[in-house]
Amino acid sequence: MHELAITQGILSVVLEAAEAARARRVLTIDLTVGALTGYAEDPIRFYFDLLSRGTPAEGAILRIRREPGQGHCQTCGATFPVEPPLSPACPFCGSVEIRIHGGTHCLVERIEVEDEDEHPGGEGHPSGQ
Amino acid sequence: MRTNIPVVKAILQANEAVASENRTAFDAAGLLAVNLMSSPGAGKTSLILATVERLPDTLKVGVIEGDIASTLDAERIAARNIPVVQINTGGACHLDAPMIRSALPHLPLTALDLLFIENVGNLVCPAEFDLGAHLNIVIASVPEGHDKPYKYPGMFQKADGVVLNKADLLEILDFDLEAFRHGLRILRPDAPLFILSCRTGDGLETWIDWLMGQYRLRRERHGR
Repeated sequence: MHELAITQGILSVVLEAAEAARARRVLTIDLTVGALTGYAEDPIRFYFDLLSRGTPAEGAILRIRREPGQGHCQTCGATFPVEPPLSPACPFCGSVEIRIHGGTHCLVERIEVEDEDEHPGGEGHPSGQ
Repeated sequence: MRTNIPVVKAILQANEAVASENRTAFDAAGLLAVNLMSSPGAGKTSLILATVERLPDTLKVGVIEGDIASTLDAERIAARNIPVVQINTGGACHLDAPMIRSALPHLPLTALDLLFIENVGNLVCPAEFDLGAHLNIVIASVPEGHDKPYKYPGMFQKADGVVLNKADLLEILDFDLEAFRHGLRILRPDAPLFILSCRTGDGLETWIDWLMGQYRLRRERHGR
């Protein structure tokens, strides 16, 4: 249930970008979702299907890149990706002197759209149809 | 024709813009705004009440209460004659910055020194929705277990301070305090941990001293 609000955010960013580009339809959406936020992929897809109905983003393919957190070991210097539940120690040397950063970005990276005007130079869209 | 459009925008950018307006409003009023986040039942309302009871009388406190539906918490606060605004999120599991903005006209902001914002009980979404508060405080409680920082790292990464409530249960339950401390340390080594019990009052002084220190810092920063 946590993903409803961020999915509304995704849709509004996407629709704004699509409108600015005078796009007719959004085909794909590339997202980054931080793994440490606790947001899961499947509910985002579920809510997106519901919320995007009747909008130019309906039917768009969501490509979600999960951004892991960054672990850093202060003993052996290793860096390693982390996902919740976090492990309390370095996976390489076992030291507990580790620090965790990042993994919290939630971004719309890019969208692929179908242009509104399929025939450049064409004028006079039929109005009121 | 297919076109690729780089966007690279934060999904919650609209919320962040309003959060920064809220922060400006808090700064203009010269108050310290504190966002309290926790699981349901960890003791957010109890911490507000226990804190207000022990603050100097000269300090004026206001509260914004976030709840999915009920007004029970707001009633507990109002019973102590503390100005309180209830926000019912209508099902949403967190407060967001526009909800706070709409609550502000209902509070005597310029008369307040300290504003507590009690978020909806949830360890996921509240971490992602900046409200514009100066301090984000995470309250954990002993019965929840010591694994919370490991399971909800995003929440603890946002913590400027962590309260471990219901510490009077430490001797009864199998809560591994060192494991909890370590989980916090790997995520936010700079965030202070306050181990206390709102029920017995133990440990509250250290928390209140720190909070008052934060309040004075804010006042100095704004030349008052």
